[in-house]
Amino acid sequence: MRPFRYSRAVDVADAVRLAGSPGARYLGGGTNLVDLMRETIEQPDALVDVTAMPGEIEETPEGGLLIGAAVRNTALAEHPAVRTRYPVLSRAIVAGASAQIRNMATLGGNLLQRTRCAYFYDNHGSRCNKRQPGQGCDALEGFHRNHAILGASAACIAVHPSDMAVALAALDAVVHLQGRNGSVRSLPVTDLHRLPGERPDVDTLLEPGELITAIELPPLPATLRSTYRKVRDRSSYAFALVSVAAVLDIADGEIRDVRIALGGVAHKPWRATRAESVLRGGSGTAAAFAAAADAELAEARPLPGNAFKIELARRTIVAVLRELAGDSA
Amino acid sequence: MSIAKDAKDLAKGMLQGLMGKAVAMAPDSWIPGGEPDPLIRVRHGHVGKPVSRIDGPLKVAGAAPFAAEFPMEGMVYAALVYSTIAKGRILAINVAQAEAAPGVRAVMTYRNAPRIARPPVFMSDQKAAGGDDLPVMQEDFVRWNGEPVAVVLADTQEQADHATTLVAVSYELETPMTDFASAKDAGTRTAVFMGQALHQEIGDAEKALAAAAFRVDSHYSTPRHSHNAIELHAVTAAWIGGVLRLHDASQLVAHTAWSLGQMFGIPEDKVVVTSPFVGGGFGGKCLWQHQVLASMAAKLVGRPVRMVLSREGVYRIVGGRALTEQRVALAADAEGKLKAVVHTGTTAKTASNMMAEPFIVATRSMYESETFKLDVQVVELDMLANTFMRAPGEAVGTFALECAMDELAEALDIDPVELRIRNEPEMDPTSGLPFSSRNVVEAWRTGAERFGWSRRSAVPGTVRDGEWLVGMGCATGTYPYYRMPGGAARITLNAEGRASIDIAAHEMGMGTATAQTQVAAERLGLPMGAVSFHYGDSTLPGVVLAGGSQQTASIGASVIAAHRALVKELLAMAGNDSPLAGLKPDEVASRDGGLCRIDDPARHETYVSILSRAGKGSISAEGEAPMPLETQHWSMHSHAAMFCEARVNSVTGEVRIARFLGSFDCGRILNPKTAASQLRGGIIMGLGLALMEETQFDERNGRIVNASLSEYHVPVHMDVPDIDLIWTDIADPHTPMGARGIGEIGITGTAAAVANAVYNATGKRIRDLPITLDKLL
Repeated sequence: MRPFRYSRAVDVADAVRLAGSPGARYLGGGTNLVDLMRETIEQPDALVDVTAMPGEIEETPEGGLLIGAAVRNTALAEHPAVRTRYPVLSRAIVAGASAQIRNMATLGGNLLQRTRCAYFYDNHGSRCNKRQPGQGCDALEGFHRNHAILGASAACIAVHPSDMAVALAALDAVVHLQGRNGSVRSLPVTDLHRLPGERPDVDTLLEPGELITAIELPPLPATLRSTYRKVRDRSSYAFALVSVAAVLDIADGEIRDVRIALGGVAHKPWRATRAESVLRGGSGTAAAFAAAADAELAEARPLPGNAFKIELARRTIVAVLRELAGDSA
Repeated sequence: MSIAKDAKDLAKGMLQGLMGKAVAMAPDSWIPGGEPDPLIRVRHGHVGKPVSRIDGPLKVAGAAPFAAEFPMEGMVYAALVYSTIAKGRILAINVAQAEAAPGVRAVMTYRNAPRIARPPVFMSDQKAAGGDDLPVMQEDFVRWNGEPVAVVLADTQEQADHATTLVAVSYELETPMTDFASAKDAGTRTAVFMGQALHQEIGDAEKALAAAAFRVDSHYSTPRHSHNAIELHAVTAAWIGGVLRLHDASQLVAHTAWSLGQMFGIPEDKVVVTSPFVGGGFGGKCLWQHQVLASMAAKLVGRPVRMVLSREGVYRIVGGRALTEQRVALAADAEGKLKAVVHTGTTAKTASNMMAEPFIVATRSMYESETFKLDVQVVELDMLANTFMRAPGEAVGTFALECAMDELAEALDIDPVELRIRNEPEMDPTSGLPFSSRNVVEAWRTGAERFGWSRRSAVPGTVRDGEWLVGMGCATGTYPYYRMPGGAARITLNAEGRASIDIAAHEMGMGTATAQTQVAAERLGLPMGAVSFHYGDSTLPGVVLAGGSQQTASIGASVIAAHRALVKELLAMAGNDSPLAGLKPDEVASRDGGLCRIDDPARHETYVSILSRAGKGSISAEGEAPMPLETQHWSMHSHAAMFCEARVNSVTGEVRIARFLGSFDCGRILNPKTAASQLRGGIIMGLGLALMEETQFDERNGRIVNASLSEYHVPVHMDVPDIDLIWTDIADPHTPMGARGIGEIGITGTAAAVANAVYNATGKRIRDLPITLDKLL
């Protein structure tokens, strides 16, 4: 680990001011950033600890929730409003990590964690365009069982590791940001992360020094059901091979609203818009769910080691939607 | 039962009860015509009690010092720089920046490292401990991807770690052989294990196979595995007055001391290796480069050096299990009697070690067959030397053999348990030796009943619970009894009647100190609290490897030898004024803190009394265990009937183990509590072998890609079901205490039981480990 300066921000303005220099990074729970610093993949000059910022979960006037970026994953997953109204989010967080890590990890930090591609982590012994643009990608012809089948590029096939972000994508969550010059803006969470293209070293569309201050969850109709299913290589403490976050509003067999996001398949939480448009307004039958999954996965470009993810994603999408449809299907 | 027989049994029981309190001298060898260890007859003493581990409170309090926890005056911390190529010359190492970094005392490379000899590779000499025989930081040449090329020494671990990132190395790359398929194409050789070619043929197995009414013929493969003991490999090394002092995490302290002596050109008594507590060994806690580099570095800087490998470091410099590709072909008649057993295949090793994964060894003694063809071929790769890992050979060999038995059972339409029982041999099928003790049929029958095997549906894919397909599978596990030469121990009795046992043995968490304290107390006729067991120190007697599941027998035989010597001296010391006067060692027994005449317990004198009359503060005797001739006269093996209930998700292919039962026949169980933990731990490791463990070795450059516990999967708590354990507890009359080692057998058969359960659940045969969900979609 390279030596660095450490400071602790008391509020948003303080944080943005302290992180004003290039080479400064915000520190949440540190469950990923500190690991990356130990591996010298991240080498910030300064860390600005933002965990002391006010972190609350508030009701919005519209009937949604506004969640401070410093809220710990455990607090968020256990919050009664989240558990009852947004079970998809609660389940995704619980599926996401061990209790110890959830106790430390923050909402903002969870969104900004980086890929777990093993070649990305092997700082000295492997090539990685995400770590060092232009170096090449050892995963392409190496071990890529965990890697992307959607939206990848010739430069990078890494996947985003967050479970929570997949649920947020399905919930149409909005990310609130504050920039260095005091500017404030917000982004749909689905626009926060980017696909790798030629610049896999850039994970998000954040401006330098920009801070995630809160996430807003829009209200969900009471008739809507949501859930999260994660498929992985062991019962716990493993990243998703495929995960599905879905919200479904179905009445008399007709789908009034549906939102589906996939994890473990792309460089960002993958909102399955093609599948949604196939389903919206249609009937909630198993055949329709399968057709929707196929429509979404038609664009998948697998590699030899991860071709199974297409079938796995298809099956998991169908199973999740059938579960949500329940007797209505 | 007749009344007469009842009375006879009662009398016999009373006699045994009386006898049970006095323990006669154990025999000093286990050869035909000899007597079993009299400890076997003692049924209500210390041995066999579920005693909690005596070091438990210390460990719970965090007060048990492990290798990385010995502070030394002026100590510096070491961190390693690893090569990033598999083969080639070091063109340049720039250490200037690292040397200038805060806190750095020195950077050691091949240029300034002390000159030493190569390590003596394990099995090249009785006391050789090296994982390979490659020069350690002596040359500008790299031989595997991950070999240490520099050691940074600094005042803190953080400073050392940081400075390693400032070392710049450039290489001239040579073309390595890192691809298994290419190496096979270039030609294989017959493997050699412990001096024997891994090849045996009895009759013409291929001909018998072709002629048989029923046969199966399949290929199985198992991947590389890395050692992942919870405790990272660590060492604290210092040169004190010409003596090299090592606090190590070791399963072979005496071997390590001798081997380091050889390398540094000093007598073995100038090397002292202690290892009081070890956080798991499994074959990996032997002599690798870190102990050597720490010793060299301590010499270079003239200070004690602590070196703790990072988890990545363990993957880079501590060898693991090699990959295997196996063929098993079985032929049988309509009754299921085996006509041919073919078990052949290929594995990989390096040119620098002597360990070819011997995956056929279990097959040699498992089933009766008219013909056998057993063969292991090997290729050599440019990689980190592979090594022993829990049940080397048996763990992966039983996967192939026992899956094939399941396939054969289906082809024959015979129950898999029944098929195994029908092929139970009367004597060892390949050596012709009689078995010392073999009760695997009993293990099968009791296990099957307890597990509810009769509820299994013989038709695969027919039991469903919602999304989950449910299946049962079984397999035989087996591991041999070993006892290696070199065991020795010392017993010291003091005037207060307390005994201490000294032996250079090891406690890696399995309960050695606890079980051996029970045994020694029993043998000496003392309460457990009066016995202390000293181990983990190379200056103590004996060359005892905590490996091959042989340590229990080795310690047992050593303590017996020391005990015989002690009793002889005690009788001499007791003299003519003692109730024991005139008795010979074989005429006395231990009882109530002293000795008595075997058939006249009233002729008794306590140790305290003997010592006090002689005016002695203590008495000490040392004995050497006899050569392990028992293994020349008998085929000695433990067995297990493994039963698994697996659930496979029909949507996702996820496998979850619902239940597991291990029914063991592994001799007398010395301590049911620590034994259960050992057996259960082996089964859990077997579940990892079955379902998830795999070292991702990038064949393009020999790099281990998943060098971390987040990417190299072992079972987490939620992956481990209720594991039920039963055992026959039938003593082996031809071993010390009637015991056979139990450290490794749990992992054997387990992967096959899982694979067979998965087949029964789904109708899919997965012959390539690990059984990951993609193979079941």
